[in-house]
Amino acid sequence: MNTPNATKSQLIVIGNGMVGHHLVEQLVEQGATEHYEITVFGEERHLAYDRVHLSEYFSGRDADSLALSTAEYYAEHGIALRLSEAVTAIDRDRGEVTTPQGRYPYDRLVLATGSYPFVPPIPGNDREGCLVYRTLEDLDAIRAMAETANTGVVVGGGLLGLEAANALRGLNLDTAVVEFAPRLMPMQVDSEGGELLREKIESLGVQVLTGRATQEIVDGEASRHRMVFQDDKVLETDLIVFSAGIRPRDDLARDCGLEIGERGGVVIDDRCLTNDPAILAVGEVALWNNSIFGLVAPGYQMAKAAAATLLATASGTQDGSFKGADMSTKLKLMGVDVGSIGDAHGDRTPGARMFRFLDPIKQQYRKLVVSSDGKRLVGAMLVGDNSYYDTLLQYYANRMDLPEDPAALILPSSEGAPTLGPDALPETAMICSCHNVTKGDICATLDAGAVDLGAVKGETKASTGCGGCAALLKSVVDHELEARGVEVDKSICEHFAHTRQELYDIVRVEGIKTFSELMEKHGSKVGHGLGSSSAPGLGCDICKPAVASILASCFNEPITDAAHIPLQDTNDTFMANMQKNGTYSVVPRVPGGEITPDKLVVLGQVAQKYALYTKVTGGQRIDLFGARLEDLPAIWGELIEAGFETGHAYGKSLRTVKSCVGSTWCRYGVQDSVGMAIRLEHRYKGLRAPHKIKFGVSGCTRECAEAQSKDIGVIATENGWNLYVCGNGGMRPRHAELFATDLDDEQLYRIIDRFLMFYIRTADRLQRTSVWRENLDGGLDYLKQVILEDSLGIGEELDRQMQTVIDAYECEWANAISDPEKLKRFRSFVNDARPDPDIIYTTERGQLRPA
Amino acid sequence: MSSAIAAKTMTQTWQTLCTRADLVPYSGIAAWVETPEGPAQVAIFYLPGYEQELYAIDHHDPFSHANVIARGIVGDIKGQLVVASPIYKQHFRLEDGQCLEDDSVALRTWKVSFKGDEVWIEA
Ligand code: SRM
Ligand SMILES: Cc1cc2nc3c(=O)[nH]c(=O)nc-3n(C[C@H](O)[C@H](O)[C@H](O)COP(=O)(O)OP(=O)(O)OC[C@H]3O[C@@H](n4cnc5c(N)ncnc54)[C@H](O)[C@@H]3O)c2cc1C
Ligand code: SF4
Ligand code: FES
Repeated sequence: MNTPNATKSQLIVIGNGMVGHHLVEQLVEQGATEHYEITVFGEERHLAYDRVHLSEYFSGRDADSLALSTAEYYAEHGIALRLSEAVTAIDRDRGEVTTPQGRYPYDRLVLATGSYPFVPPIPGNDREGCLVYRTLEDLDAIRAMAETANTGVVVGGGLLGLEAANALRGLNLDTAVVEFAPRLMPMQVDSEGGELLREKIESLGVQVLTGRATQEIVDGEASRHRMVFQDDKVLETDLIVFSAGIRPRDDLARDCGLEIGERGGVVIDDRCLTNDPAILAVGEVALWNNSIFGLVAPGYQMAKAAAATLLATASGTQDGSFKGADMSTKLKLMGVDVGSIGDAHGDRTPGARMFRFLDPIKQQYRKLVVSSDGKRLVGAMLVGDNSYYDTLLQYYANRMDLPEDPAALILPSSEGAPTLGPDALPETAMICSCHNVTKGDICATLDAGAVDLGAVKGETKASTGCGGCAALLKSVVDHELEARGVEVDKSICEHFAHTRQELYDIVRVEGIKTFSELMEKHGSKVGHGLGSSSAPGLGCDICKPAVASILASCFNEPITDAAHIPLQDTNDTFMANMQKNGTYSVVPRVPGGEITPDKLVVLGQVAQKYALYTKVTGGQRIDLFGARLEDLPAIWGELIEAGFETGHAYGKSLRTVKSCVGSTWCRYGVQDSVGMAIRLEHRYKGLRAPHKIKFGVSGCTRECAEAQSKDIGVIATENGWNLYVCGNGGMRPRHAELFATDLDDEQLYRIIDRFLMFYIRTADRLQRTSVWRENLDGGLDYLKQVILEDSLGIGEELDRQMQTVIDAYECEWANAISDPEKLKRFRSFVNDARPDPDIIYTTERGQLRPA
Repeated sequence: MSSAIAAKTMTQTWQTLCTRADLVPYSGIAAWVETPEGPAQVAIFYLPGYEQELYAIDHHDPFSHANVIARGIVGDIKGQLVVASPIYKQHFRLEDGQCLEDDSVALRTWKVSFKGDEVWIEA
């Protein structure tokens, strides 16, 4: 055979999907690149992406954020990645694969081709507008087709079908689901569960037709298509998505004579080898023990086993095998929890006994399947509330003895369902099935020195797959850390043995108004070995800005007052953002993005006069860059004269309230979004917080102000305003969550007041609302209780605190330029009037930029 | 060439910079100083009440190449007085200019002291 690299074997992976990529990661991690020259072929043009979260492509995520890796990763490890290049044939005799671009020799070959959506052989199934739901391209096609459609039908009421139906609904189509079986999700739920599911889904406005077999699809009268059913009933629709199951993409294997299962799938053994020992198969294309595993976790386990197999032959040391995988799943479909564990129907376990609980009012259904001796849980089914899932799964997966009265496990929690604490789990308990991490593995990383959740995740990768195990992982790690006597050190820095929240409380309760007083009373150590002086520690660049922010949140004194100046980051000290060459940018406030022509002219004149680069920002205002330190006061003098105020672009404080044009101009607007944005911006300007805060206000649901990506998002409704909270753009985008609906102006202010003050009180330093929310015990429900129902009884106090801040507002630039003492700092040199000669500019596109 | 030779022969001298009132307590200001090696931008930090109240250290930040050190936050880390660069936040020891994050980098330092209310530097 023709091997380009004499020392390394050629390894080819066909398919760059979830499992194919996981295999590559496993190989890299285990050093396989020393033995193999790896080439990966992917038919899709995208690098492997997170298919499990594919639907989020419709709710705002783009291809980049779904990507599981980068081209750089492949390049860095010397792996040839050939995307948009499908393998068309395998020649086992010559050890070669063929693509339209050429032939490539292999020593070992892995099939990771996944599966394709099954389209039932119905006449008319290939009409325009008949689509499937598997790839990003499929979703692009659905989106394009939906633009000219009013109605959509999903054929198939299984897990993926319901997900597709939800997506169609999200595209504003009147949606129906047509299922051949007598109930939805026939694989996961029984008839009672199915009925409940139907009710829930119908209440969301999706039509559900079960027991319907489509006979043919023909031209419609009112819509593009007409579906004709076995009983001659018809349904008209513009768009059809087939989601009637998946089939393994085993044609390559078939054509080259590999062993294939009766109903498809490439037969593999425990080491993922096919009947040709040079060839392996992993993921949804592989058939193990007569089963196809249509979930990602088993695929990942196969990838791991395959890597071990490939390395065992290369280095003679590795071994690992695939021993089957659990198909238990929990999902949220259209907001409806569905969980299925083990033998959920009880039809695979002779003598199995069932317990059922049905609450028709709360629409919850739970079923336990117990072994004939009553000792073991062999399966479970949940509809409506998945909070029971983790505990049940542990009983099932670890074959734990059931309690005396197993029924208690599915009775409503208020009746004291015994939840399984992390201490009750055996060492062998599987915590993360995607990455095969047991409780024992977690304990081992902790014993080896991991100090927190992040470190455990980094070491074991637990909870970085489907994410389903996050809550369990955290509780196990917390519990084990405690058991090891580790008091998780939450001190802000070496100067204070307190969290930010504790410092905030101290400052407020004791009325402490300066950093030095706080340091004297609560600093960790006076003196700090700074010579013999008894002066307190100075603090550092962690605690000083944090305390400065707390003091400002509580009392809102000018940050440029002498006592506060040494605490501020340079941006706050000089009330401008430092640029890479030591100059500053100037961003005056433009509330709601509305600006008069006169003010625009002034901005232009100031920029001309002081030779500033100008740019429209992402926050609907204008940034003037390149201001020299000594020019800042004069620049602000002119801006303030023209009616501008500071925009706090430098502060951990309210930034901008982005608005759309709203009902005053826009034909769709239902409220005056600009007016509201301006009122909100004026209300909260100058409010300092643990991190910056951004708002958006849109005049209707078209959401031109992108309010759902902001810390506070306000969207107009016919009846008032809907409030969204805790969104984020930036490094890790997060959609804001709906918090309250149809509010009038006053209600809106009140809720935002309380929400922001509660955030300021309880967040960590530099924690945006999104991260704070994700770390908040009790989540959104808890937040709603505190803010909307005042469950802690602190509502009025929060109102008062916000009012104090609002009343104390003063433009800090106006304050500074009226005080000669404060202006002294704005000199390049204390003893010389010259400007810093090292600041040199050049021009680009007609404006200055740092040379 | 000739200036380099001249520099070597020039002796360092004490020069006056400014007065106590020009300083910002617990923070820094920048000064322009002519030294035998040529002009230098120097950051002066003032820590009233501490055993050593004045420190003088390069104003030039070797990581960003901008002249900004005087605008950093001063603090103490593990008993050492430091200033954090306002751009990429490396810490420099006030006493000898040593960068805590990178052994190979150190800023220059100068002697400074009060003579009455005046601030003097030896350069
Ligand atoms: C000027 C501007 C870019 C532009 O030309 O459009 C900008 C510039 C900077 N952004 Fe930004 N961001 C700007 C809009 C945004 C937006 C868009 C928006 O607000 O709609 C985002 C994403 C939305 C969000 O924040 O959720 C954004 C996300 C960030 C982040 C990431 C925050 C995160 O939570 O992940 C940082 C880093 C940080 O804050 O820690 C950042 C930090 C910065 C800093 C302050 C970095 C720095 O420390 O030097 C930049 C300094 C600007 C300067 O010197 O004036 N900037 N930045 C925009 C100013 C808006 C304004 O009028 O105030
Ligand atoms: C909408 C949706 C939601 C899902 N939700 C979940 C969930 O919640 N939980 C869960 O566990 N699983 C879920 N799954 C299933 C999960 O995505 C799959 O189990 C997983 O992607 C299987 O990985 P794979 O690598 O085997 O196949 P794939 O990810 O499909 O990758 C196979 C790749 O091989 C490529 N390929 C095929 N033939 C060739 C060829 N001849 N040459 C080159 N390339 C080729 C294909 O184009 C494809 O990119 C979901 C799937 C979908 C579609
Ligand atoms: S969000 Fe609605 S009201 Fe505002 S500009 Fe867009 S379409 Fe118009
Ligand atoms: S179980 Fe999927 S990430 Fe842990």
